[in-house]
Amino acid sequence: MTGPPGTGSAATRVLGFSALVTLAGTVVLGLWTTPPDVVQGELVRFIYIHPPIATMGEVAFGVTALASALYLWPRTQGRRWDLLAGVSAEVGVVFAALTLVTGSLWGRPTWGVWWTWDARLTTSALLLALFLGYLALRRVPGEAHSRATRSAIGGLVAAIDVPIVHYSVNWWRTLHQGSTLFRPKPLIHGVQLEAMLLGFVAFALIYTWLVVHRYRVEDMASRMEDESFELALAERRAEADELVEVVSP
Amino acid sequence: MWRDALLVAGKDLRIERRSRVTTNQVAPFAVVVLVLFAFALDPDRGVLTRAAAGLFWVSVLFCAVLAVQRSFSVEAADGARDGLRLSGLDPAGVFLGKAGAVAAQLVVLEALLAAGVVLLYGTDLKGGVVLFATCAAATVGLAAAGTVYGVLSAGLRVRETLLPLLLLPVAAPVLLSATRAWEAALGTGGGVGGAGPWLRLLVVFAVVYVAFGVVAFGALLEEA
Repeated sequence: MTGPPGTGSAATRVLGFSALVTLAGTVVLGLWTTPPDVVQGELVRFIYIHPPIATMGEVAFGVTALASALYLWPRTQGRRWDLLAGVSAEVGVVFAALTLVTGSLWGRPTWGVWWTWDARLTTSALLLALFLGYLALRRVPGEAHSRATRSAIGGLVAAIDVPIVHYSVNWWRTLHQGSTLFRPKPLIHGVQLEAMLLGFVAFALIYTWLVVHRYRVEDMASRMEDESFELALAERRAEADELVEVVSP
Repeated sequence: MWRDALLVAGKDLRIERRSRVTTNQVAPFAVVVLVLFAFALDPDRGVLTRAAAGLFWVSVLFCAVLAVQRSFSVEAADGARDGLRLSGLDPAGVFLGKAGAVAAQLVVLEALLAAGVVLLYGTDLKGGVVLFATCAAATVGLAAAGTVYGVLSAGLRVRETLLPLLLLPVAAPVLLSATRAWEAALGTGGGVGGAGPWLRLLVVFAVVYVAFGVVAFGALLEEA
């Protein structure tokens, strides 16, 4: 029954199952139950996935920044924060790329262009570039602690740039529609609001599921790195012992 | 800290004066970039003059990448980095010194590029105070952010390709703000409201990254 150790556990199976169910619910609500929009027609259905994906991308980078800071803080320093920062950035890059893809698909029929130099679009693209750089920095090999410190500082340098990018680009231009949800009186109600909220729950669950699995993979990989040397050493010693026994009976 | 900064900056500038890499390689490169922009955009003076502010700052950004790379390749040879680490100099001072030397070189390059923009693109440099203030704030910001990333990627084998990927997105707000401020001063900005907010943003960027460098440079020099 015991195969090779996996990254799944009872908790992640529940998590993965809930993610699938909520995603299926979002699809059903978003594609069939909700009515088309007065202005945007069927295109409004993007609202059930695009904002949740974009928000989770930003949350992912927030987690990376926080974990980087916790790694650098001497009292909380530990390998887990380094691992968490890395895997959250990886998943965040996927979400950020999906944000640009879904946004382009939505923008083409509504605005008539795949891409426009609007504040939010530009910020998202720069955010993606910043964290691609961060991942490239992480991938450079090195001694574990120095690599982690380097990555953590790199992550923080990128993170403190985000508000500056946000302001500069906002002053520059704004075309994107404002937030639909995060305002005192949401512009969306009834079943549409429910579909959108369900979308947020679904993508939050997917993010968590991905991060947990990636974290466990990374954890195993780094433990293997630590232990494989010891293991190889022990094996060579055992071989030598056998030889010694053969030579001197 | 300030005395250490002056020592390190003096050392870096002395190396530059003797090796002449900035004057013989980076400065011609900057001029070549300006000429290439003219090829790319059709040397119709109207287009070039309107885009002069942006082209100037893109060139400055490229030069900044080169200057930062140079600043840390100097430390890579002969274990100079270990020497710096063992010298007992205050890491914050080392950071300010290295960033200061990069900034000094950038100022020279900016003067050259400004002359190039006037001569090659036919730009009329109006609004001197705003232009100078923009240069000062943007140069400090670029040098500080560049020095942080420079030391971060200094010891790595992939530093030549990694540094631009790290630095250019972070410096994007500098490019944006400095260009808008220059456009406002030169009157080519298509009705953008004033240089004030952009200058403030440049100052914020500079302050944030200088402060970050002063705090984090010790850890970077030790660990990275």
